[in-house]
Amino acid sequence: MSEPGLPLDDLYREVIIDHYRKPRNRGTIDGARHVEGVNPVCGDEIRMDVVIEDHTVKDIAFEGAGCSISQSSASMMTEEVKGRTLGEVEAKIAHFRAMMLDGAEPAADLGDLEALQGVTKFPVRVKCAMLSWNVLQEGLEPSTTPA
Amino acid sequence: MTLLETRLAARAPIDPRRLRADFPILDQDVNGYPLVYLDNAATTQKPRQVIDALVHYYENDNANIHRGIHTLAQRATAAYEASRVKAAAHIGAQPQEIVFTRNATEAINLVARAWGDANIREGDEIVLTAMEHHSNIVPWQLLALRKGAVLRYANVTDTGYLDFDHLRSLIGPRTKLVSVAHMSNVLGVINPVADIAEAARAAGAFLLVDGAQGAPHLPVDVESLGCDFYAFSAHKMLGPTGVGVLWGREGLLATMDPFLGGGEMISLVHEDMSTWADLPHKFEAGTPNIADVIAFGAALDYLRDLGMPAVRAHEMAITAVAIDALSAIPGLHVHGPKAVEDRGGAVSFAVDGIHPHDMSTILDSYGVAIRAGHHCAQLLMRRLGVPATNRASFYIYNDTADVDRLTAAIREAIKVFA
Repeated sequence: MSEPGLPLDDLYREVIIDHYRKPRNRGTIDGARHVEGVNPVCGDEIRMDVVIEDHTVKDIAFEGAGCSISQSSASMMTEEVKGRTLGEVEAKIAHFRAMMLDGAEPAADLGDLEALQGVTKFPVRVKCAMLSWNVLQEGLEPSTTPA
Repeated sequence: MTLLETRLAARAPIDPRRLRADFPILDQDVNGYPLVYLDNAATTQKPRQVIDALVHYYENDNANIHRGIHTLAQRATAAYEASRVKAAAHIGAQPQEIVFTRNATEAINLVARAWGDANIREGDEIVLTAMEHHSNIVPWQLLALRKGAVLRYANVTDTGYLDFDHLRSLIGPRTKLVSVAHMSNVLGVINPVADIAEAARAAGAFLLVDGAQGAPHLPVDVESLGCDFYAFSAHKMLGPTGVGVLWGREGLLATMDPFLGGGEMISLVHEDMSTWADLPHKFEAGTPNIADVIAFGAALDYLRDLGMPAVRAHEMAITAVAIDALSAIPGLHVHGPKAVEDRGGAVSFAVDGIHPHDMSTILDSYGVAIRAGHHCAQLLMRRLGVPATNRASFYIYNDTADVDRLTAAIREAIKVFA
């Protein structure tokens, strides 16, 4: 077949397929904060365990099921936030949101996540990329701290 | 019936390339490729005749129906009632047994309210199947919650058939209603409605058939099916959105209270009580969707002229080609029966390592429209052990060239994820 009219190569970048096939930080962490989210329309699921100590994301792991965009976004996100201070993580969430939802150019510190910029050309798939970030945000809120 | 028998029953075979000229929407490029529309189980495209009927009505006949004395009101009323006659003829019923609703979902809700509230008591049982669309589950859940009734679900076999023996074992003295899909919108399987009707009748239970995928694709005769209610939707059979049909046995509809109250559905209104209009108007409160019901009449004419046996023969033939072509792709698995005698043209499939949403995005980039998701059948998704499926569904204007485009695009998707 000839080249398609939609920028498929921008959507399915090699790094995305790689994270989809070999997700990083996949699993669970005993005693961590547990948060989860689903996209009810498409059924994508993310379950996340987050360990926060000294205002730092000490450890993070996820499990889930869904499309390549939702799962690779979660995998890349865990790599980018692990070991960072809460302030750095909040900034990263803000940069990622700005790129995905407001069309901002990727910030220099987004690493592999920059590959997800192509998803913005497929508006119905943006929610797939955002799922794990919304779950992470919930995991950082004080109200979810176990007693 | 076998494909040969179905072909012999058809007046003339369907020529999809010729029919395509009637469907203006199909003549376009999507993402740089000629559109291949394979989402017909969700909604079909509309022929010029249906679009023209809508325009003609608004340009010439628009008026409120039934009580007007003037000429336009008479014309609109006659055209609206003519659609009722056509809808009745499509399923072998009488016009006074045809109730127009918004969609098949509302038709089922009408029965759950107007029949269910008066007839279902605590401990009564309603038998469904695990392959039902949510529209044939949730109205019964709501009824069961109101009344303390119990829902029971018949199994689906590993090969994608209804487990009829299990269904029969669920039907007992407490069963008041059985409600099943004529054809599954996911598996494509055609359920043995006549046998189910016999089992229900033997237990003194009523049978509702969700015909949303039956009426568009199969010759339907409600008398030989033996059911008590049959629900279907205009937009899945060339008609406009916003029109559904409930058929019910006349004697049954006559005993039922109204569903909604208002204009159209009354005979006399007093301060504290009213008397109801005759069937079917008792169930059509307020100004109905006049224009779309009239345009649905044009869709029914179109299908009548083709002949439903010819529609069925065409779909069996293209479904056989599609299942063969799909099954030849390494890593692709077709859900549901393979024998086209037992199924219609909604073909769900899985491809190893590729989520249906990724598949659907890639196919769309090649101009091929399929559906990916749970298809409003989450119970069935759990039974199949998948979060979602890919579904290609065929209709009268699809041909084997569309199957070729589908399989070529799937092979491209496999390359992306290789």
